[in-house]
Amino acid sequence: MATKLKPVDIAIVGLGWAGGIVAKELASTGLKIVAFERGAPRATNPDFMAPQVHDELRYSRRHELIQNLRKETLTFRNEPSQLALPMRTLGSFLPGEGVGGAGTHWSGLHWRWTEWEHKMYSGTVERYGKSIIPKDMHLQDWPIGYEELEPYYDKFEKVCGTSGKAGNLQGRKIEGGNIFEAPRANEYPNPPLTQSHNMVLFEQAAKNLGYHPFPVPASNASRAYVNPDGVALGQCHYCGFCTAYGCEANAKGSPHFTVIPLAFKNPNFEARTNSYVMKINLDSKRKRAVSVTYLDAGGREFEQPAELVILAAYVFGNVHLMLHSGIGKPFDYASNTGVVGRNYAYQSMGGVAALFPQGTYFNPFMGSGALGTWIDDFNSDRPDFAKLGFIGGAGISSGSNSGAPISRHPVPPGTPRWGSAWKKAIVETYHRMTAVGSQGSVMSYRQNFLDLDPTYKDSFGRPMLRLTFDWQENEFKQMEYARGICMAIAKEMGAEQVLSRRDRGRYSIVPYQTTHNTGGTAFGDDPHTSALNKYLQSWDVSNVFVVGSSAFPQNAGRNPTGPVGALAYRLADTLKDQYLKRPGRLVDA
Amino acid sequence: MSDDSNSDSRNMNRRALLKLVSAGAATTVLPIAGAAAADSMQGMHHAMPTPPAPGEEPAPVYEFFNGDEAAFIEAAVDTLIPSDEVGPGALELGVATFIDRQLNSGYGRGDRMYLQGPFIEGTPQQGYQLRMTPSELIRNGILDVNAKVREKYKVPFDALSNEDRVAVLTQLERRELELPTVPVAIFFNLLYDLTMQGYFSDPLYGGNKGKASWKMIGFPGIGGMYADKIEAFRNKRYMTEPMSIQDLL
Repeated sequence: MATKLKPVDIAIVGLGWAGGIVAKELASTGLKIVAFERGAPRATNPDFMAPQVHDELRYSRRHELIQNLRKETLTFRNEPSQLALPMRTLGSFLPGEGVGGAGTHWSGLHWRWTEWEHKMYSGTVERYGKSIIPKDMHLQDWPIGYEELEPYYDKFEKVCGTSGKAGNLQGRKIEGGNIFEAPRANEYPNPPLTQSHNMVLFEQAAKNLGYHPFPVPASNASRAYVNPDGVALGQCHYCGFCTAYGCEANAKGSPHFTVIPLAFKNPNFEARTNSYVMKINLDSKRKRAVSVTYLDAGGREFEQPAELVILAAYVFGNVHLMLHSGIGKPFDYASNTGVVGRNYAYQSMGGVAALFPQGTYFNPFMGSGALGTWIDDFNSDRPDFAKLGFIGGAGISSGSNSGAPISRHPVPPGTPRWGSAWKKAIVETYHRMTAVGSQGSVMSYRQNFLDLDPTYKDSFGRPMLRLTFDWQENEFKQMEYARGICMAIAKEMGAEQVLSRRDRGRYSIVPYQTTHNTGGTAFGDDPHTSALNKYLQSWDVSNVFVVGSSAFPQNAGRNPTGPVGALAYRLADTLKDQYLKRPGRLVDA
Repeated sequence: MSDDSNSDSRNMNRRALLKLVSAGAATTVLPIAGAAAADSMQGMHHAMPTPPAPGEEPAPVYEFFNGDEAAFIEAAVDTLIPSDEVGPGALELGVATFIDRQLNSGYGRGDRMYLQGPFIEGTPQQGYQLRMTPSELIRNGILDVNAKVREKYKVPFDALSNEDRVAVLTQLERRELELPTVPVAIFFNLLYDLTMQGYFSDPLYGGNKGKASWKMIGFPGIGGMYADKIEAFRNKRYMTEPMSIQDLL
């Protein structure tokens, strides 16, 4: 039997970037706020101290900072006719757990999405007509444009101390920055990081081929920096232990040392860690959330009444809580109706390995999570969709992120996987192999969705979330196109051998690909195709808001954290300026 | 293959020694440590010191493996990553000890895996669907492989010549050997991954002794701060004595 607690004003589920930003911004209202985090409390000291944090086995192989599947996981199948089975070990994606969420162990690639990436449907139809959109594709616009988000993108970059170079400052194109980016009001808060050898080669090769290389916007601070909230970030050490690790230097922008401690300065804010939210409880008419049921670390059940509930968990957590709590109409594949679980998308990671002549030294161990040089010449709406036969694009880049050898000991193709010949090959290859990678958009489809599993239950007895996903023809074409560009650049860089293969296999949950899952609670203007209105408010239960990349109607060829942070800042303004003054529906359905 | 007879006799001796250690442990440790320690054998470090001969490394004492298992794993890692003119082998770097400790840890016991039923064989895309933890998988896989090897060679895997060991591991890798209880690809890949992890991980976990694999490939370890070096060392070899976690504590 749940112990009923004293009511609070606001309950926030999840304390990563999204929940942390909303908590910090709303804490100043004086309202009583409780944030629930399923994982442990985390601080740079003691959790991310050197040298122990530079432990590849612990963080990169045993996934210390990632979701514990023994407690909750999801089931997966490629298509609706299959039986979904549980994800028993981690693989394809690595959702974060603990205070700071994925913000503690992300790489720091910090993008603003382009104008087209906020209006993929109308932008595509304007140029190519409706007939270009495949029948099963759920291509949708964001309900708000880039212009409306620009100040929030700007704010989030400043909080993170993002290092980069503007390519479009108030409409003025600047060589060396990304000339294809949307116009920015301001330059990045910090100058770009220092390039590694492979990045210099990539930049020159891309220029030779007529492309427009620029430094990846990186929330790895290129110099010591104090953000507008007064939080100090250290200079990045290029230590090579970034993605999957916490940062001992506070050089990687993370909520655990920026926004979250600021929320804690307000006595009206409280976080309950190691607390799993089970369900959002609704009133008898199912129009209003009344409380949150959660379990503490000891498994004791509590009911926390709240006036307002903000779901800010990872994509899967947000969708699971919506479905399990009965908030919004679940998506039904058979009838292609319903909205919660609709619009699930992923990202296509591709590219080539490039072997350079003996005597080349890339020093892969000198780097940071977001250290890279990139081109957008084939990303966003730059490709000719009609001519190429696909909608979308890919960013193409070369970076220097980690030389840690459990994960990185490359060999040329044809080398045995073990034995003396293998050993000889790794020694000869370690320093002279690099890669040119592609990161492609993935559209949403009727047949790719999330719903509740009819068979499997998590350790708390709740039906698991069920993921149904496979690559579609549109994405195969996009990946193959990007692979050709990657090969051409790698050759131009001077590679002795370019190693690549055409992959048309089914999506597999086994190998790690990317933790850029999106959708399931899309926001939009039409309640028949979106779970949330333009203010990230549930169409059905008006005191529930959902923030995170679960709100994206489909995915772009760049990382999602920039828009997640921007949406969280915008949500905080929506709540302060509108909702809290006059609670209720902000848009008429 | 002039090395074979040497390596065989060395391993036979090792095997005999391990049997002795195990037998000793069963009589001397269990009554003291109690029933709770019966399947983990913790405490053997203290109960059974093996004095090293002058100039020799002390023989490893295992927490998890019994004598047969230890002999199998030692032989397997020695075959996967042999000692040769390029650099040290997995056995001398402590990879068998690494695997033993990993299998006895939370990881080996599946503490972050979802292990509730129903258990149904899925598609390759759906990933691991067995009810076994990594430690159960390796333990059962060793029994399986040794049974198969005995059928053909009359001796267990560790008693084979190097040539025959290579042949057996190649068959496992190519899925040419069907195992009675453990899917062969899953067993081989887990054994392979654990061997690589032990060879390349920080020495903290018992493998990669002396940071020897890092020295071999030119990985400078975990203490590097390269803000002032990344430009200076573009396309230049960066040479330094690698640092491990324990070096920097």
